[in-house]
Amino acid sequence: MKKKTLFDKVWDAHVVRSLPGGQDVFYIDKHLIHEVTSPQAFEELENRGLSLFRRNQIVATADHNVPTRNQHLPIQEPLSRSQVDRLTENCEKHGVSLYGLGHPYQGIVHVIGPELGITQPGMTMVCGDSHTSTHGAFGAIAFGIGTSQVAQVMASQCLLLSRPKRMRITVEGDLRPGVTAKDLILFIIASLGTGGATGYFVEYAGSAIRSLSMEGRMTVCNMSIEMGARGGMIAPDETTFSYLKDRPFAPQGEQWEKAVAYWETLYSDEDAQFEVEYHFNAASVTPMITYGTNPGMGISLNASVPQKVKASEQASFEKSLQYMGFAPGESLLGKPVDYVFIGSCTNSRIEDLRLVANYVQGKKKASHVEAIVVPGSKQVEEQAKAEGLDKILAEAGFELREPGCSACLAMNEDKIPAGAYCVSTSNRNFEGRQGPGSRTLLASPLVAAVSAVEGKITDISQYLS
Amino acid sequence: MEKFNVLHSTAVPLPIENIDTDQIIPARFLKATSREGFGENLFRDWRYDSSGQPNKKFVLNDSRFQGQVLVAGKNFGCGSSREHAAWALFDAGFKVVISSYFADIFRGNALNNGLLPLQVEDSVLERLLKQIEEDPGTEFIIDLPAEQLYVPAWEQRIPFEIDSYKKECLLNGYDDIDYLVSQKEAIEAFEKNRVWVY
Repeated sequence: MKKKTLFDKVWDAHVVRSLPGGQDVFYIDKHLIHEVTSPQAFEELENRGLSLFRRNQIVATADHNVPTRNQHLPIQEPLSRSQVDRLTENCEKHGVSLYGLGHPYQGIVHVIGPELGITQPGMTMVCGDSHTSTHGAFGAIAFGIGTSQVAQVMASQCLLLSRPKRMRITVEGDLRPGVTAKDLILFIIASLGTGGATGYFVEYAGSAIRSLSMEGRMTVCNMSIEMGARGGMIAPDETTFSYLKDRPFAPQGEQWEKAVAYWETLYSDEDAQFEVEYHFNAASVTPMITYGTNPGMGISLNASVPQKVKASEQASFEKSLQYMGFAPGESLLGKPVDYVFIGSCTNSRIEDLRLVANYVQGKKKASHVEAIVVPGSKQVEEQAKAEGLDKILAEAGFELREPGCSACLAMNEDKIPAGAYCVSTSNRNFEGRQGPGSRTLLASPLVAAVSAVEGKITDISQYLS
Repeated sequence: MEKFNVLHSTAVPLPIENIDTDQIIPARFLKATSREGFGENLFRDWRYDSSGQPNKKFVLNDSRFQGQVLVAGKNFGCGSSREHAAWALFDAGFKVVISSYFADIFRGNALNNGLLPLQVEDSVLERLLKQIEEDPGTEFIIDLPAEQLYVPAWEQRIPFEIDSYKKECLLNGYDDIDYLVSQKEAIEAFEKNRVWVY
């Protein structure tokens, strides 16, 4: 029998039929929707007189627009309120489960899927959001789609797709103390570039990946899109199974045993062929930070901004540095920080909050820094409170808010002012991403926490143990 | 979806690499619940300054450059999956974006909205950008049936590739949803015969 990659095993199990032109009618198990990319899809469906094909396979939440304070009150901003109201109306009208504001399961779509056990190995999942790649951490094929495709899945539970190419990124060895999954993925993206995996689906493998927690794996898969990949995935193992066990929507009892037996078959066969392979050594990864305006412009925290780049990239490089207010060859250490944002679908899970609380316990943030911590879901928020993290954060001058996408993309009130520097645990440092004129430096929750306390970009090696 | 066949047009140059969809249409303009009206905020933060005045240095405010073709740097459309980016370009009158590389989701979104993402070699892209800068009146003929970009000034035909199914969709103005809905029986049969059901 032909050797198969993990990706091919899952893909092949979802092909309804293959068309002569090379496209497949590809079946989708779970469709996650939110308020920003679904209204036009519902409208499209209604304009065509179609109904939802499998409404029970859709899960909805409100996350991009929601405020992070006073969620019990009506949303103040009229356009945000209207978009969230439209989602509520559409879900009621079409019979879709909605975890909206006030629901104990509400949160960022890519945080609630895994924590509720909706995300499972071997599944196919889509969402009108590029960070759907997060769910690949469970050995699912999960990827972001446009609104036209949201409508297609609503109408047929399928998409017409050509099979992407396969890439494997193997990371062997142990990450050094203080080096997190976020540093690892920023390092990989800096090595491959923002377009380095365009056209590919990536499998992450190797001992360093295997030793990551589920939350660390999610952080890695989450940012696959930032190097252009359609998605990233990791073969499920005991770490995956023990994370999923007894979660509300995970299979139970006899179904659980059957599920695990199937999930254990989901790995790349030895000698399975990938179009491209990369190998990295975990020990060479250091704490990272970005200096520019795309996630590929990352450097080791202690390194300097590059002196020069390829001729074709020069114009973009200069534009980027001008926007950020940095110079070629300059070190970022000592640069003052105005804001620290800990949150987003990349780093808003309980482990991230624990890491931050653990570091800031007994310390105070610098007085000029505004530090906000936005949990990824209501459940993360509740757990943080149950563990007393809210008090530790408050004593250190950090504010624990209510869940949502928040300052990651500034669709709500949480905006970074023009010119201000924000160390952010989110996934994108694009121009204006956190508000017009805002300057984002992507980093791990640990680097973000240290930056808030020191009030400037700081070499964290003295804190590593 | 609007049909696309052969387009004659001048072009607008935007020689910046890695243009992400947050630049094409910033997140704060994604709050509408219909598909219309995104064109006025296309490249909003490059096109206008913080007081809302047009930035004279930005190419869309430069009257020398007009047309339904945008020629942009490598890796166009990276970042967010927002289809609003394709809607904004189309709404602003663009029918074609030429680059030497497109992000996957953007490429798909463009094709689903009658906007042709036309990929050329890096060297061709450089020549095109230079040509437009030197002569903003340069005409381009984008011939989808022949899969050729014709530059009369150069007397040269440059072939481009497009998925044959997507080409049919563009030529005829139809999209995937009709086809997928027609596959209902096959999809139901697939659901019944699955090895593992979620």
